[in-house]
Amino acid sequence: MSLKVEIPTPLREHTNGLAHVAVTGATVQEALDDLVKQFPAIGAKLFTEGRLRPHINVFVNDEDIRYLDDLQTAVTTGQIVALIPAVAGG
Amino acid sequence: MPAFDFATGLKCRVCGKLYPKQPLNFCTDDFGPLEVAYDYAAIASVISRAKIEMRPFNMWRYRELLPLDGEPTVGAQVGGTPLVRADRLADALGVQRLWIKNDAVNFPTLSFKDRVVSVALSKAREFGMRTVGCASTGNLANSVAANAAAAGLEAYIFVPSNLERAKILATMVYGPKLVLVEGTYDEVNRLCSQVAFEYGWGLVNVNLRPFYAEGSKTMGYEIAEELGWRLPQHVIAPMAGGALIGKIYKAFSEFETLGLVAKGSTQKVKMYGAQAAGCNPITDAVKNNRERHKPVRKPNTICKSLAIGDPADGMYAAKLMRESGGWGEDATDPEIIEGMQLLAKTEGIFAETAGGTTVAVLKKFLESGRIPRDEEIVICITGNGLKTQESLAGSMQEPPIIQPKLEAFEALSLLGEKKRQVRQPALV
Repeated sequence: MSLKVEIPTPLREHTNGLAHVAVTGATVQEALDDLVKQFPAIGAKLFTEGRLRPHINVFVNDEDIRYLDDLQTAVTTGQIVALIPAVAGG
Repeated sequence: MPAFDFATGLKCRVCGKLYPKQPLNFCTDDFGPLEVAYDYAAIASVISRAKIEMRPFNMWRYRELLPLDGEPTVGAQVGGTPLVRADRLADALGVQRLWIKNDAVNFPTLSFKDRVVSVALSKAREFGMRTVGCASTGNLANSVAANAAAAGLEAYIFVPSNLERAKILATMVYGPKLVLVEGTYDEVNRLCSQVAFEYGWGLVNVNLRPFYAEGSKTMGYEIAEELGWRLPQHVIAPMAGGALIGKIYKAFSEFETLGLVAKGSTQKVKMYGAQAAGCNPITDAVKNNRERHKPVRKPNTICKSLAIGDPADGMYAAKLMRESGGWGEDATDPEIIEGMQLLAKTEGIFAETAGGTTVAVLKKFLESGRIPRDEEIVICITGNGLKTQESLAGSMQEPPIIQPKLEAFEALSLLGEKKRQVRQPALV
């Protein structure tokens, strides 16, 4: 599956300024693993001890993966996986 | 040389990394929330009860503890709301000492949000921003629109499209660019997180959030000062994003650090949070001992101002309630309406649905024995009932309509057993 990961503005320094990175994978986990493979510096920002950090939210086509199957959420070609900092609002 | 500037920078609450003051709400290492750090030793050397008491009674009398480089340029009159000794509500609930911190009359838009907005917009100006905005469940929209108008700033305001009509109109009147978004607050908020960094605008509860949230502390400072420079035993605050309850506690703790209240008094305060049963991610986390809240995908409550399904400070609020010895509780829609009416009928205070929620939750804590009836309690009323009148539709008996005739009035059942008193002509 080829899809895109949307990078939040303050993290684009780790993706050569790219707002969207093309990745492949059948699940969110695989898609993010591919992102980290391409841009290793972003790995430590997103994950801690192999788990997604608590203050980052991941959306697949506008749906929070916590309402789906978390990192095991299936993704298909053309979808957008958005990484959005969680600490906002209220 | 700035008049006052004791904020040293921003600090990540997860890893402690320090950042210079800038419009950024999260740590770029771990996405943890950033919080303003202060030089308390320097503040302690310039602040005193006497000095504060000499200043006008508004939130800026605590200006050393707010993160501006210079004088506030937005919202100079905000805060200074009454702490009302609520004896009639206390009698109705069977408690001895109860106070209401009444931000339903905060200036200019009748909610506590004016406190946070005045800090955020003053800071936006210090950053040289010309365009500001917010994601809002209503009160914040009103406040950003009004304060931006008064400051001559351009404002973009994003709200869920199902918001109360009164809150939409009371935003539009100030002339901002208002956008109704089809979705929940959390979806609106996500959009704003994207907008803030794409456009470089000052979204008060996104990239200005560390500064914004500090404004809430002034509610805590005022409670302590109005009680006579001491802290209550129990404080109940409504929770949407969960920041207010934490900032009130932080305010108490800062006052203790600065010697403005007695040493050791903060750890005796128990903090309680109130939510609506139809959107209770934080109280659910407290009651079920979850470290992280479970987000509520589709909030369903008349209490729209608290309808945040994925609260940014949920984790911290839950931790505070548990560790301070307080607790979290939620109220159903009928209980919220009953709470609004009880507060209005006993104290003459018309609070919005969030206030009804807080009163309803207080009642539950008293009934369950979680809060003793003989200790000092402060409840925080954060918004005005005039904004959420539609929530009361159908909950009260319609008033009678009569012809302008004495017989028609006397025929009314509302007179009950009252008899007309026959008055003697006055003696000359």
